[in-house]
Amino acid sequence: MSDSCAAHRHRSRLTRALVAPTALALAGLLLTACGAKDDATTGSSAASCVDTSTDTIKVGSLHSLSGTMAISEVTVANSTKLAVDQINAAGGVLGKKIQLVLEDGASDPKTFAEKAEKLISSDCVAAVFGGWTSSSRKAMKPKFESLNSLLYYPVQYEGLEDSKNIFYTGATTNQQIVPALDYLKQKGITSLYLVGSDYVFPQTANREIKAYAAANGIEIKGEDYTPLGSTDFSTIVNKVRNAKAGAVFNTLNGDSNVAFFREYTNAGLKAAEMPVVSVSIAEEEVAGIGAQNIAGQLTAWNYYQTVDTPQNKAFVDAYKAAFGADKPTSDPMEAAYASVYLWKNTVEKANSFKTEDVQAAADGVSFDAPEGLVTIDGSNHHITKTARIGEIRADGLIYTVWDSGKPIQPDPYLKSYDWAKGL
Amino acid sequence: MDVLIGQLFTGLSLGSILLLAALGLSLTFGQMGVINMAHGEFIMAGCYTTYVVQKVISSAGVSLLVSLVIGFLVGGALGAALEMGLIRWMYDRPLDTLLVTFGVGLVLQQFARDIFGAPAKNVLAPEWLSGGVTILGAVVPKTRIFILVLAVLAVTVLAVVLKATPLGRRIRAVVQNRGLAETSGVSSRFTDISTFFIGSGLAGVAGVALTLIGSTSPTIGQSYLIDAFLVVVIGGLGQIKGTVIAAFALGLLNSYIEYETTASIAKVVVFVLIVIFLQVRPQGLFTVRTRSLA
Repeated sequence: MSDSCAAHRHRSRLTRALVAPTALALAGLLLTACGAKDDATTGSSAASCVDTSTDTIKVGSLHSLSGTMAISEVTVANSTKLAVDQINAAGGVLGKKIQLVLEDGASDPKTFAEKAEKLISSDCVAAVFGGWTSSSRKAMKPKFESLNSLLYYPVQYEGLEDSKNIFYTGATTNQQIVPALDYLKQKGITSLYLVGSDYVFPQTANREIKAYAAANGIEIKGEDYTPLGSTDFSTIVNKVRNAKAGAVFNTLNGDSNVAFFREYTNAGLKAAEMPVVSVSIAEEEVAGIGAQNIAGQLTAWNYYQTVDTPQNKAFVDAYKAAFGADKPTSDPMEAAYASVYLWKNTVEKANSFKTEDVQAAADGVSFDAPEGLVTIDGSNHHITKTARIGEIRADGLIYTVWDSGKPIQPDPYLKSYDWAKGL
Repeated sequence: MDVLIGQLFTGLSLGSILLLAALGLSLTFGQMGVINMAHGEFIMAGCYTTYVVQKVISSAGVSLLVSLVIGFLVGGALGAALEMGLIRWMYDRPLDTLLVTFGVGLVLQQFARDIFGAPAKNVLAPEWLSGGVTILGAVVPKTRIFILVLAVLAVTVLAVVLKATPLGRRIRAVVQNRGLAETSGVSSRFTDISTFFIGSGLAGVAGVALTLIGSTSPTIGQSYLIDAFLVVVIGGLGQIKGTVIAAFALGLLNSYIEYETTASIAKVVVFVLIVIFLQVRPQGLFTVRTRSLA
């Protein structure tokens, strides 16, 4: 369009200037790559600075209040706060009121690690309730171990882990993914397509699913990962359609689910023909995706808002009273709520806030949670949970179509399954 | 066969999104030489405009069409304000515009976070855009077709404005030779502001289109900014034609490679191909050759 000398002098300056954005982009990429690794620099295991001399006790809440995971994690932080408020209203723990210190992990594992260290070392909290993605948990784990503090992690995850400094109050594989696979097999599904976000949980979960499939005669038609936060699913949906699998196993996390289900529905794929089983979509996300785009699809969890127990009715009513009548409750929220009570019950059993005492007292501590009775297994710090398969309906709620009837013992390393030997 | 067709449409739709994101940049970066790192945040402004308009107008269909107009005006107003407030002082310093607009982008992101909150917002797609159409055996979502049509429309309107209107002639005159244009009585100030208004307005329109695909968060613009810059650079600076071809070429390349491999591998392969291409043709697909270019 331009052809004068002036324009070209302008342009050659530009060519040089172009180096800058490229360098910036590269620097950004490098930073992200470094951030993804676990931060190896952990502080010395200094003596705990938890102050038990006053009539309050501090605990931390560490969730992504911003970034791609905020859609899921803000509600979990709310739920933690609800439990703390209820406990305070009922007199507190060992006569002390709980003071909640709120931090934002910003959907970034490195930030989670930094904020965890801050909560333990400078805020001197007795325990931290937080995390959602496995990357955030893996980043925080060394901090809690080296600084000898306690993390209550409320979300289902891929298993194959335990730590004496972490209480896993979400489901492990044998309480969620294995029951989901059993359900699909029982429904006559003979082939699966795996779609997930590209990080720890989906990769590991899919390794387990493939081992299960190999042992149970289920064919894996394909396996695809997209970066966390990705919104382009047209190619993957084309692949899924052409693969003609019996069902899709979805381990996408966060906002990506919105784009995936919109594309899935708009491309004419239907729950009746090729159902999608999700392990990370709860009531809160259904609202974001739009119930009409996801009605009929399946989820595997341990809790739904529709679970019919007196404890759940009280929990749902209290949550709606505190945060709004239109706000749904979900599985990780329920687990976070139960976490605070499990911590309270353990502290009261130990009669101490000290990490060692709480660890020693944990085995067998239970709580009548909204999902049903949950009990801590002291050998692996996971809890017993009832497995449920739910169907998403047009009203945006999830209804149980199958449940395990009784709490399932946690088996994070899948030791009781022959097909999992090689994992 | 339907794989080929399906991926063709996927590539075209990916290309049309890239094109919408890059079209405004092609004007402000390609023609005026301003590296506007806040362009992504203008896209974000378009997304949030759609969200706000939908709050006011409950009918999703009407609100989308109204949003296209308001999104253009909001993006344009932000661009004009940026030009008048900051960029006018640094036309001779491209590197400074880079840093300044990067800062403005961060400020706008924080504004969005403060006003709308950090969790993503979702805009409902209108009824007439739900579902898909079967074309030659491949099902193409209607939202994608809408975005493709929108992109083609935006390019056409922009080309007509640049080629055939007095404003377009003034823009081209100022870009080619600022001094001579001023001597001939063209107000370069007014032209600069209008160019920025149009370029940034197109970013707003891109934002409106993006709400049909995924959710809106304060950082949505960042995920498209680098791709948009790449499209403009590959196309050749100042070349609308190059931008169009580059956007669709990248879209198609990405969709076919991703079908055969995975999303991550496709990204890497496309980046490597871009690096090789720029080694061979650093000036991009199209550049007008003149005496001054060695």
